[in-house]
Amino acid sequence: MSGTAKLRPLPGEFNPLVIRAEAEVAHVELCDVDLAFGRRVVFEGLTCRFPRGRISVIMGGSGLGKSTILRMIGGLQPPDRGRVLVSGQDTVGLGESAMAQVRRKLGMLFQNGALLDSMTVFENVALPLREHTRLCADEIAHQVHDRLQAVGLPDVDDLLPGELSGGMLRRAAFARAIVMAPEILLCDEPFSGLDPPNVSRIEVLLQHLNRALGLTLIVTSHHMATSLRMAEQLLLLQDRSVVSGAPAELAASRESAIAEFIGEDGAEFLARHLESSPQGSKP
Amino acid sequence: MLGPVRRLGALAVARIEGLGRMTVFLGQVGRAMLRPPVRIGYVVRAVYDSGVLSIALICASGATVGLVLGLQLHNTLSRFGAEESLGTAVGLSLIRELGPVLTGLLVTGRAGSAATAEIGSMKASEQLDGLRMMAIDPIHFVVMPRALGLAIVMPLLSALFIFFGIFGAYLIGVEVLGLDAGSYLSRLENAVDFREDVLQSLVKASVFGILLGWIATWRGYACEPHAVGVSRATTSTVVTASVCILLADYVLTALWGV
Amino acid sequence: MQSSSTRDLMVGVFVLIGLMAIGWLSLRIGGLSLSREGGLVLFATFDDVGGLSRRSPVRIAGVRVGQVDSIELDEDLRARVVIDVQPDLELSIDTAAAIRTSGLLGDQFMSLEPGADDLLLESGDDFSFTESAWSVDALVGELVHGDADLESE
Repeated sequence: MSGTAKLRPLPGEFNPLVIRAEAEVAHVELCDVDLAFGRRVVFEGLTCRFPRGRISVIMGGSGLGKSTILRMIGGLQPPDRGRVLVSGQDTVGLGESAMAQVRRKLGMLFQNGALLDSMTVFENVALPLREHTRLCADEIAHQVHDRLQAVGLPDVDDLLPGELSGGMLRRAAFARAIVMAPEILLCDEPFSGLDPPNVSRIEVLLQHLNRALGLTLIVTSHHMATSLRMAEQLLLLQDRSVVSGAPAELAASRESAIAEFIGEDGAEFLARHLESSPQGSKP
Repeated sequence: MLGPVRRLGALAVARIEGLGRMTVFLGQVGRAMLRPPVRIGYVVRAVYDSGVLSIALICASGATVGLVLGLQLHNTLSRFGAEESLGTAVGLSLIRELGPVLTGLLVTGRAGSAATAEIGSMKASEQLDGLRMMAIDPIHFVVMPRALGLAIVMPLLSALFIFFGIFGAYLIGVEVLGLDAGSYLSRLENAVDFREDVLQSLVKASVFGILLGWIATWRGYACEPHAVGVSRATTSTVVTASVCILLADYVLTALWGV
Repeated sequence: MQSSSTRDLMVGVFVLIGLMAIGWLSLRIGGLSLSREGGLVLFATFDDVGGLSRRSPVRIAGVRVGQVDSIELDEDLRARVVIDVQPDLELSIDTAAAIRTSGLLGDQFMSLEPGADDLLLESGDDFSFTESAWSVDALVGELVHGDADLESE
């Protein structure tokens, strides 16, 4: 069974994004990866590429391993076989200290935030700066407040993570993930459990980071509308393998599994979205 | 027919593998202690959590054990007309055995289990992975200060326990049962030797502290990342550390006698 | 949550109290002497040391001034006791060392009875006069039989 079913653009349809994505260098790449938890095979021969400076959204039902892909990229979950390339460097089998060097390029937003319970929000966001830079206290405070402002949390400095609501927690974690200005940002379900204003706030923030700083974004989500709107590359996880392509390609796909997943609503939405901005989401 | 034997073999291999992992973990924690930056603030916090918050428990337990020892030993000694030796009997049993061992067991229940639960729940809520993704080694940041804290705290608490135990027995012996205050203390001072008794006591307490720090942090670090796993790990810390402390006590006592 | 400076202070106090407890155990109860090399080491030879043992106190007029370091058998099969007393004691060379009992059945200790000579004992010297332990048997015998000649010297 082939791991990847790379869809070609349909005849007569022109999508500049697809062509650009294919020509581009992959910033992160998984090659022929196998992974099983005990007897449960999660991936078999999984291959996928995440192009530099693009927003890739991984979609798929729960239990198919969306988060696991992010964990493999972050080196938290070694694959049983295969290679995981970050900026061309194979990270499988690296020691903790070598992996730490790779991780400096990575930022990760965990689904439940993963903020340290025993520290205030300010200390949590300041932690990477205190650990890895020699900035003075004022400069750190400035940067932390800058990030907290950006995610819309101006007055939570002295609160503990336990005192925040789920949405605030996620945004605080987001501030921490971007405080070191990573090249690659891995976001595990950044929109789940957020109210609509915060969904669009995070969405705008992600797109801004991507455009202004050229950040490579790898996002898992089952928030259909946002994913389709944001994604420059969409990866649909199916049982043990993945189908990838630009949203428009996938939406137009006749393959039943894909059509079923995206659904009529999604296809309709996408059609409308693409109509209103034929160039996609890129300026 | 060979099934049970094979299972036994698999079990033995799993146990030995677990011990191997624990040893590697101890090495990592030890290296983390030597590696900069020194996490003095986190060590202080760990000493606060496992030491300062245990003071009341240790003092109350020490005094109670002293009171009971005073009564029981007075009863026994008076059968031989040797009530005056109460100070000696209480002091030696507290210093050589009861102080370090009971402190070890109490701190295991009070602070060791808490360390396991904290590290375990940090693992369950992906906080350890979060640290890793920030290129911060969780062994250096989370585990090492707590292990070191437990190891530092144990001899201090054990000495406090002994002090309060001797004080408790003094209350019973001198204030209640009417022994001579001077002879209680002077007998005690004459009977206790620094190298034989006090040093042994301190070495025991330090070894128990290191054992507890090791076991408690390992159980938390290696626990299964969910609520049930954390509660299992916490129980297992109390059981394993208690048994290890008692075994180590025997070994140290036997070695010291040689 | 407590502010971190309060916590630091409490940890500091805790460590201090713990170290004081260890110090009390070591120095007071355990009899560890930090200035060991300065002590006055003297030798006394007895026919019978009775229940005297290592760490038994050495007293002058009932005041503790040092302790027994070791008790060994010498070539003449007599007990040779090494004691360690405070270095600032001025003991004349005719000071006598006696083994006494506190109370009838109490602990045994070494009592020093100062003499009148101008010359002083120095570290490593032997006591010229010693008085062995009185055994309980002997005492009882004296009480029962009125036997005056029981001193074991």
